[in-house]
Amino acid sequence: MSLDLVIVYSLVNGGVYALLSVGFSLIFGVGRVLNLSHAAFLMLASYSMWFFTRQQGLGVIESIAITVPAITLLGLLVYRFLIDRIREHPTAVLLLTIALLLIFEQVLFMSFGGHVRTVELFIPGYSVILGIKVLNQHLVILGIVAVAITVTQLLLTKTKLGITIRAVANDAEVANLMGISASRTLLITTGVATALAAVAGISMAPLWTLTPTMWGSPMLMMMVIVILGGLGSIKGSIIGAFIIGFVQILVVALLPGGGYLNLTFVLLAMVIVLIVRPEGLFGTVFEEERL
Amino acid sequence: MSFIISLLRRPLNDFRWGVLPVPGRFIAIIFFIALFIIPLIMDHPYYLRMFMYANLFVIFAVSWDLLSGYTGQVNFGHALFFGVAGYGSALLYKYFGWQPAQTIPIAVLGATLLGVVLCFPALRLRGSYLALYTLALPIMLLGVVIALRDVTGGEYGIRLLPGLAATVTGEYYICLLVMTVSVLIMWKLTDAQSRYVRTGLIFHAIREDEIAARASGINTIRYKILAFAIGGLFAAIAGALYPHVRGTIGPTSLALTTSFLAVIWTIFGGIVSIYGPVVGVYTLYPLVYLSLDIKQLFVRALTGVQSAPLAGFLRVMQTLAERPYLILAVIVILVLLFMPEGLAVRIRDKIERECPRCKLTNAAWRRECRACSASLR
Repeated sequence: MSLDLVIVYSLVNGGVYALLSVGFSLIFGVGRVLNLSHAAFLMLASYSMWFFTRQQGLGVIESIAITVPAITLLGLLVYRFLIDRIREHPTAVLLLTIALLLIFEQVLFMSFGGHVRTVELFIPGYSVILGIKVLNQHLVILGIVAVAITVTQLLLTKTKLGITIRAVANDAEVANLMGISASRTLLITTGVATALAAVAGISMAPLWTLTPTMWGSPMLMMMVIVILGGLGSIKGSIIGAFIIGFVQILVVALLPGGGYLNLTFVLLAMVIVLIVRPEGLFGTVFEEERL
Repeated sequence: MSFIISLLRRPLNDFRWGVLPVPGRFIAIIFFIALFIIPLIMDHPYYLRMFMYANLFVIFAVSWDLLSGYTGQVNFGHALFFGVAGYGSALLYKYFGWQPAQTIPIAVLGATLLGVVLCFPALRLRGSYLALYTLALPIMLLGVVIALRDVTGGEYGIRLLPGLAATVTGEYYICLLVMTVSVLIMWKLTDAQSRYVRTGLIFHAIREDEIAARASGINTIRYKILAFAIGGLFAAIAGALYPHVRGTIGPTSLALTTSFLAVIWTIFGGIVSIYGPVVGVYTLYPLVYLSLDIKQLFVRALTGVQSAPLAGFLRVMQTLAERPYLILAVIVILVLLFMPEGLAVRIRDKIERECPRCKLTNAAWRRECRACSASLR
């Protein structure tokens, strides 16, 4: 793989992982909930794109218009009726969300079978930019990522809702005393985060082969990225996503058998971060979680 | 003659006054006796194998309970010990041709040592951080195993491993003995009221409040390492026996689902109780193992059915029976939401009651305490 391809691929990968882990990080920051099932919504969004474009014969735009609200609603329901009830117990939350991942996987197996599915490119062909051949799909993804991240950033910094979210993330108790409903804010945050995951899943759908077990790699990536960037930090998640995306592509490009080893190397990065600097690049130390 | 009687008197008295009046202990004794006589009444290898695997998974689940339930060191990568011991034993056989009697102890020690070394960084992590750290370890190793396909066989694993004994019944008794001894040892080690070992009390203390335990002069680091070593040792024993009774080992032994199964069984049966995981494994493992038989049952029931709703119901049950992991995951969620103490603990609370005065366990249907005759109503 040549260097220009490495750069394009790592930008695309990093961008999609950034969408995924920003949502994960938001939920953790606001509610101290490690929602591993977040990666399932990415898989479900991809499958939904496949279902509507291939099975139902709808156009890309219509499919997106159905998928994003549907996945967001599902995410909200899962949060409201399952996760919210035990969110005071971190270990139980981890267990519950892994169980949810398994359930979504098995339901997909039951409804669509274990066959490999593919989705057609939104815009076929390629363009030449600065002498590099780039797939149009990659450009679309980069555009979507840029727009989504900008919108999220604006939402968090410029709107009243964003201020509320940041206030709860900063100190839920004090925010509650100021008349902000922490649980309602957390519900809204989960909705925003799930929508981001759905957008990531939709934009990656044409480039991935869809199988019911495809949640594994994004879930681990998301975990690694937020640990690297610092749990709860949005800036850290975005930067971490691009670092991890680059490392992953580099391992695949340079090492023999890299396709199998890229997860090992990426997880090694997480383990090193956890040992050397558990708060990550931009995270804050939560006193109660360190000894 | 009188010498033999005097030797027997102590255990007989224990049985008469310590086991018979307490329903939980009585059921446990009956359960273990039943396990020992199963091969005498039923020698169908298919079902005997189910019990054999269940016994190994009991060791695996109980060791998780010791480490994560009692000591509170949440380990979401318990498959590390299981898989490393299994692969170690299989590789020693493949490359040196050693027999199970030699490879298993070496593999168990190796896996325990590796696990303890890898847990050193984990000693300063707590809660979710520790869970994520341990979750990552077996998955990292899984990538290496698949990448080194010339050595480990990649996705296909290593096949044609020698068995533990010539017959299935022999293997069954070996697994059962190992299980009984391991569970007994772990039960004694975690007994907080024990007069002989302090580990049970200290493990409880570390889980409840690590800082307070340290302030009371307990070297928590040492006991956390000890918990990792004991939990890892028994998980490795189960992992090293498993490929030999199955004949093959594959990358699934390191997969996320394997780690997760130990957690499911323990949570379902009841965490922080040695009998919890035992009950969990023996309730849920047959569901996984017999899923195809259960499906056949529904298929056969479907043939004579006329009414449409019943046929539809049976067809749904048939599809569900094909997906035991779906049912397991749903059970986990239901248990977490509605029965967080676990099945075994809930049943125990139904049939046993603690005397308010002397803290002795009584059967729930007694009116007075069996020792101090305080009223239990």
